[in-house]
Amino acid sequence: MKFSLGKFLLPTYVALTFLFLAIPIGYTFVFSFNDSIKSNIIWRGFTWDNWLNVCGQQEVCDAFGNSLIVAVSATLVSTVLGTMIAIALVRYRFKFRNATNLILFLPLATPEVVMGAGLAAQFLDFGWQKGLGTVIIAHTMFTLSFVVVTVKARVATLDPALEEAGRDLYANPVQVFWKITFPLLLPGILAAAMLAFALSFDDFIITQFNSGALDTFPKFVYTAAARGIPAEANVIGSFVFIVAIAIVLAVQIRSSIKQRKLAK
Amino acid sequence: MAFVALGGSAPEAVQQAPRKTGRVALLLLLPGMSYLALFFLTPFVSLVLTSLKQPDPSGVIGRYDFGFELGNYAYAVTQYLPQILRSFSFALVATVIALAVSYPIAYFIAVKARNKPLLKGLLLTLVVAPFFISMLLRTFAWKQIFSNDSWIVNTLKDLGVFGADSYIIGTNFAVIFGLVYNFIPFMTLPIFSSLDRLDLRLVEAGADLYANPATTFRKITFPLSLPGVISGTLLTFIPISGDYVVASRDFLGGPETAMMGNVVEANFLRIQDYPTASALSVMLMAAIVLLVSAYVRKSGTEDLL
Repeated sequence: MKFSLGKFLLPTYVALTFLFLAIPIGYTFVFSFNDSIKSNIIWRGFTWDNWLNVCGQQEVCDAFGNSLIVAVSATLVSTVLGTMIAIALVRYRFKFRNATNLILFLPLATPEVVMGAGLAAQFLDFGWQKGLGTVIIAHTMFTLSFVVVTVKARVATLDPALEEAGRDLYANPVQVFWKITFPLLLPGILAAAMLAFALSFDDFIITQFNSGALDTFPKFVYTAAARGIPAEANVIGSFVFIVAIAIVLAVQIRSSIKQRKLAK
Repeated sequence: MAFVALGGSAPEAVQQAPRKTGRVALLLLLPGMSYLALFFLTPFVSLVLTSLKQPDPSGVIGRYDFGFELGNYAYAVTQYLPQILRSFSFALVATVIALAVSYPIAYFIAVKARNKPLLKGLLLTLVVAPFFISMLLRTFAWKQIFSNDSWIVNTLKDLGVFGADSYIIGTNFAVIFGLVYNFIPFMTLPIFSSLDRLDLRLVEAGADLYANPATTFRKITFPLSLPGVISGTLLTFIPISGDYVVASRDFLGGPETAMMGNVVEANFLRIQDYPTASALSVMLMAAIVLLVSAYVRKSGTEDLL
């Protein structure tokens, strides 16, 4: 076999790039164990204290709690609304289809700072007080299109014959939906919900424009950056990372096992 | 789109004849679409109206009246032209670099690891791994790594590459570096999902017809991955043009690296000059809309969603 570029060069390049991608993650993780006093810049020795006493910095914990409340609420609303839209887009014919697609695409193509400033200008004109409610409204808005895109892909793989079979067996439309359609869509809906949660949890720009005095975790980090981020913030970042990676790895391994079984 | 790739290899789509039941469709669409109308579309009206407001005669900071002050736009452009130009040039440079860095990764995962589902899943997880740790923490980590008395800067000084008073943080290099880093996954995933669908028999056919690997890539592989390249570049360019975290002075930027987002943030949230901030946002959005429609028309990819 002749020498091919992909044999050594490409795998080496890919390995090095992944190493590069991992550097700041590793850095954040390592410095979550730093025995820091005020600022967490210089390595002063290993300690478990930051992990055992995360809420030693009360603001970090409060901000983290707010982020969870916002992400859970926004995910619930946008997953329900987005799934309904996705089903309508694949299954039904209706007027203004192009307009609907355009309106759903636009939030994906709008810089966050524009969405953030626009919504903040509207809240200002309406005289609404910025806080928890406005942040949840904003997050539901920008995660909705991501839910539609993700669920739509799943609806498109659904065989309508299965639902027809249900109807032939005298199931009413509600039964058909809950007994057939919904269970088959569930993996797509769960994937969409996880994506919405991740996007909401990590959002900073739209949040900063619409949160008023409310602190979320990313907003806390941004404000703290001027004087140095406390190690407790690294603990929370690393903890979230470990949980998320565990979930994703479990899903990936499960689907690859399934694929291997199908291949046999 | 990009994030569909996360679900692994999806089963084939089934041919579905859309049923004609108008009322059900309406009931399914109405709540979500009204939500977007109220909290995504009408804010643009507020944004445009705010960009035309004039200061209230009372002179209270942050209080403005509805008006038709086109001068806000002229003021925004003359005052902030360097930041406007910097936004678009940083976004362009960072997008091109991100494309060059990401394409080989996407190619490796989609083509070389095609028949190894476990490896493929692991590599995809590694690509998205940075998403799971706060973007701000990651950017701040780079700040520490490149800070003035960091190991890297000191080594460069010892080697004589850097002068005694050289620094990295606050330079254009640092900001573009941080932007590229943050957006590599956004570029890699859509290219991956295009290459994942690439029929390798077409590549073999090219080789059978005596095309060398470079020609095969240029004539077959790359054109077929173009939809992914297009959504990847849009998913990178658009957020970067409005980003203000990386270029912020508290992160990788300095006084000379401010972008449009930094100016909008400062005007809207700090000095409460809502009209100028809104005028800049309207101009940014107009530029993005022009860019996206030109880009999409030229490459003929209408199904972005």
